[in-house]
This record gives sequence, C-alpha cells and structure tokens, in this order.
Amino acid sequence: MNVFSEFWATYSSVVQFALINMLLGISIYFTLYTGLLSLANAGFMGIGAYVSAVLTIHAGTPLPVSLLAGALSAALIGWLLGLPVLRLREIYLAIATLGFGEIVRITAVNFDKFSGLNLLGGAQGLSGIPKLTTPGALLFVLIILSIFLVQFHKSRAGRALAAIRRDESVAATMGIDVYQYKMLAFVLGAFVAGLAGGFSAHLTRFVGPTDFSFNAAVNILAFAVLGGTLHWSGAMVGAAILTVLPEALRFMKEYRGVVNGVIMVLVIIYLPHGLINPKWFQRVFSKRRAQ
Amino acid sequence: MFWQQVVNAIWLGAVYSLFALGYTLIFGVLGILNLAHPSLYMWGAFIGLVCVTTLHLPIWLALPVAMLGSGILGILLDRIAFKPLRARHAPHLATLISSIGASIVLVNIAQGIFGAEVSRFPFDIFPVHVFNFGGVSVTLLQLTILGISLVIMVALRWLIMGTRQGQAMRAVAYNTVTAARLGIPVDQIIMQTFFIAGALAGAAGVLLGLAFNSISPFMGGPMNLKGLTVIVLGGLGNIEGAVIGGFILAFSEVMSVAYLSSDLRDAVSFVLLLIILLVRPNGLLGHSSTKRA
Repeated sequence: MNVFSEFWATYSSVVQFALINMLLGISIYFTLYTGLLSLANAGFMGIGAYVSAVLTIHAGTPLPVSLLAGALSAALIGWLLGLPVLRLREIYLAIATLGFGEIVRITAVNFDKFSGLNLLGGAQGLSGIPKLTTPGALLFVLIILSIFLVQFHKSRAGRALAAIRRDESVAATMGIDVYQYKMLAFVLGAFVAGLAGGFSAHLTRFVGPTDFSFNAAVNILAFAVLGGTLHWSGAMVGAAILTVLPEALRFMKEYRGVVNGVIMVLVIIYLPHGLINPKWFQRVFSKRRAQ
Repeated sequence: MFWQQVVNAIWLGAVYSLFALGYTLIFGVLGILNLAHPSLYMWGAFIGLVCVTTLHLPIWLALPVAMLGSGILGILLDRIAFKPLRARHAPHLATLISSIGASIVLVNIAQGIFGAEVSRFPFDIFPVHVFNFGGVSVTLLQLTILGISLVIMVALRWLIMGTRQGQAMRAVAYNTVTAARLGIPVDQIIMQTFFIAGALAGAAGVLLGLAFNSISPFMGGPMNLKGLTVIVLGGLGNIEGAVIGGFILAFSEVMSVAYLSSDLRDAVSFVLLLIILLVRPNGLLGHSSTKRA
C-alpha cells in the first residue's frame, strides 16, 4: 500500500492527464470513424475549458453543472461551425477546421477588451480556478462513454457513420442522410472535447488562450493515429501511451518532442490502422475456435 | 498613409507568394497537402542565420545556401515521410498525417539545436537605407526582398512552362502512370519537385527572417494557416493563383491592421480561408493547368 501511495503522490497528475487525453482521443474518434479529418477539437476543448471555468468562478456552480455547460457550449459552436464546413470533403475539411483553434485563441484574447467585461483574462489567461477534477469523476465519465460507444456502434446511427466512412455515395444511395450523420459525429466530438476541456481547466487550475493551438489539435490527432480508428478503444490506448511516454523519455530532454512526430510517421507508414486493429482480435478468436 | 500601406502589402505579398508557391507546387504535382512545408521555411531561416553568424558568409551567399539546404531537407522529407505511402497508394489523409508528424520532428530538432528563444540576424547584416517617394518610405531591404521574390517567381514560371523539366513535371501532375509509361523518370521528377518546393520555402524563410528580424523554431506555425489561405485562394495546385493569393492575403492583413484593429490581423486569414472554401472551393482562378482532377 505504501508503494502505491508513493506512486500516486508522484504520478497522480500524469494519470489524470492521461484520462483527460483519453477523452480527447474519443472526441476525435467520432469524426475519424465517420471518415472526417477535423482538426477543430482543440478549439472545442478551449470553449469547454473557458465556459466551465467562468461558470465555476463567477456563478459558483458545482463541477458537473459547469462541465455540462462547457460541453454543451462546445457542441453548440460545433453545430454552428459544422453547418458550413461539413459540406467540404477530405482535405478541404481539414484545412477549414485547422484554423478554428486560432479563432478560439483570438476570441479569448480579445473578448474582455471588446466586451468591457472582466471574464476571460485576455492574453494572460484565466487562473485561480478551483481544483475540482478528481480521478474518480474522470473514470466515471470514461466508463459511461465506453458503454455509450459500445451501444452506439450497434445502433442505426453508429452503422450509418461506418457506412459513410466506407463510401459516402453508396451510403447516400442507401438512404442515409450523410450530412445529418456527419453533423452528429462532429457535434458528439465537440461535446466530448468540451467535456475534456472542462476537466482540464479544473485540474490545472488555469486556462490560457494559447493552449488550444494547432499543436494541441495535432496532439489529439496523434492519439487516434497511434491507437487506430477501427475500434473505439484505439484512441484511448493511443492517448494513454502518448501521455505516459514523455515521462518515460525524460532522459532525452529537448528532443522528447521528436518522438511524437517519429511515432506518427512510423505508425502511418507501417501500421496504417493503428495499434488496435479488430481484425487481429478476430484472427485470434477464430484460431481458438478452430482448435 | 494609404500608399504606405500599399507598399507594405506589396513586399509582404511577394514573400507570402514565394512561400506558398512551394506549398501549391507539391499539391499540384503530387496531390499532397504538405503541412511540413512551414517547417522547411523555418529551417531555411535557421540555415541562413547559421551561414551569417557562425560561418560569417555575406547575406547574398547565405540565401542560396539556405535554399540549397532546405531543398535537400525537402527531398529527405519526401523519401522518409511520403515515398512509402505513395508506393502503397495510401489515402490523402494518411499523407496529411505523415506530413504533420514530419513537421513535429523538424520543429523539435530545431528547438533542440537552436533553442526555443527568438534568434536574430546581426543588426549590420544589411545596409539600412530608406528611400522616400513623396511621403512614402521604402527601405532598401524591402526593395531587395521584392526584387528577389519576383526574380525567383519568374524563374519558376520559366522552369515549369518553358523547359523539358517543367514539361515532365506537368505530365507527372496530370497522370503519374501515363507519365511513367512515356518514359518520364517519375521518381526523379518528384525529387526535383520537392527540392524546388523546399528551396522556395527556404528563400521565404531567410527573406521574412530578415524583414521581421525574428527567427524561432515556431515561426512556421502562423505561416501554416497563411500559406493554406494563399493556396486555397488561388486554387490548390495553381501556380499563378498562389501568387495572386499571396498579394490578396497581404493586402487584407495590412489594411485590416491599418484601418480596423491589429488584434484582428490573425483572424483575417481564417475568415478569408473560410469564405473562399465555401464560395469557391476551387479558388479564385477556378481550374488550373497543373491541378489533378
């Protein structure tokens, strides 16, 4: 027990960051599973973080309320952003969403100046957020999400998203409303990203406008690329590995960041479906059955 | 006041175009959106800086050396991050992700070698000379940047439209398989394309590094969105479009700073990008000569 509590004292924040990153992994999984490459998730995370932090500080709302409000705001903005950009395909969608984090940053920096209020803290960011995030709350949300994902894949909507990824035109001829289902995936992703942002704000006790830039968006993408998007657990595994890895690579000092990039390139070249590939499980199972 | 802004926009637009040309060239020939292009731009600036500060080369020699260096980096980038995917006919998104990974590597190596702080060219590297045309002031540096950019752009145009090399490049852009059947060394042409794109990015890096006198591993970040805006404005893969797009973006930015608010400058490119994607996703010039279907 002593060993465990020592471990926890040192690594509890790493574990909580890993759990938050798992949420972010799930958030981008929704869009990637539908075949959409959206890089807006970091921006949605920022919206969730700011909204929930402002509510907790100024309205004194309890954590669940703040989190939910942050996630819903992110989903709402996601819907508004999705209205125009989801008409775009492939690379054009990636380009259109790439700058969204930048818009969140510019809004956060200038909001106080233009509105005359003192809410978001401008370029200095928002500090003094009470530390309310607990590992238990994070685990609870992750378990709920996992159950939801298992059920979702069996549902009509889940199958529709998979069909859209396989072939949009075929999906459309089968009577699937491609645009609406893309919107569903986009908004669900925004909601979960907003939730993760709220947790992160109440863990680090700080929200800064530069935290949700292109780099953050790319990191989230890296989770899903490493883990794979064929199974919902892929992005979570990827997030866990990429959060813990920098701790293990401390000896590399300045060059730690290189590893993330190298992993991304290697995985996309040699393991295009990521680490978690359902086909492998199926192969193992069918072998057992044959025996 | 207005004409001063126009002058500022013209030389800035020239550098934006220079940067975007390589970006759009890769897309035109290979259909790859190379998000590592801004990292080559950053490396070009650093190679130029090292030439000047540690090797004590004059600036007119540092520019071609930087172009050579970032061109070679461009070739390496293709060999490592793109060629294996090309061999497998991987989807667009795979190459996009690979280019993001490569850019992370390039930025972090630069950060490890040169540090995260902002580096500068020595103050006396370029003679400070201000010309005055009826109230509008132009520095010698700005004129030189404009001149070099235009020369490089004309040279590129000649290379693509007027040489056998360029003809082969256009053939590869049109159809790789057919080009190979006709005896065009496709792999070699792709290598040359990456070299040229890298060299263009490097030139833009040195010139903007000189103009703003601030070079850091993260200088590619803001250029990423600007570059994308420029090439989407002109139509992905369109050479002339990228030049026009560069000037449009520079004008919009300069004018928004002058007449609206400097806080909004960074939002300009995103708003432009979004509008053009929604209204004319093929860019202002519509279709183009080097673009794939």
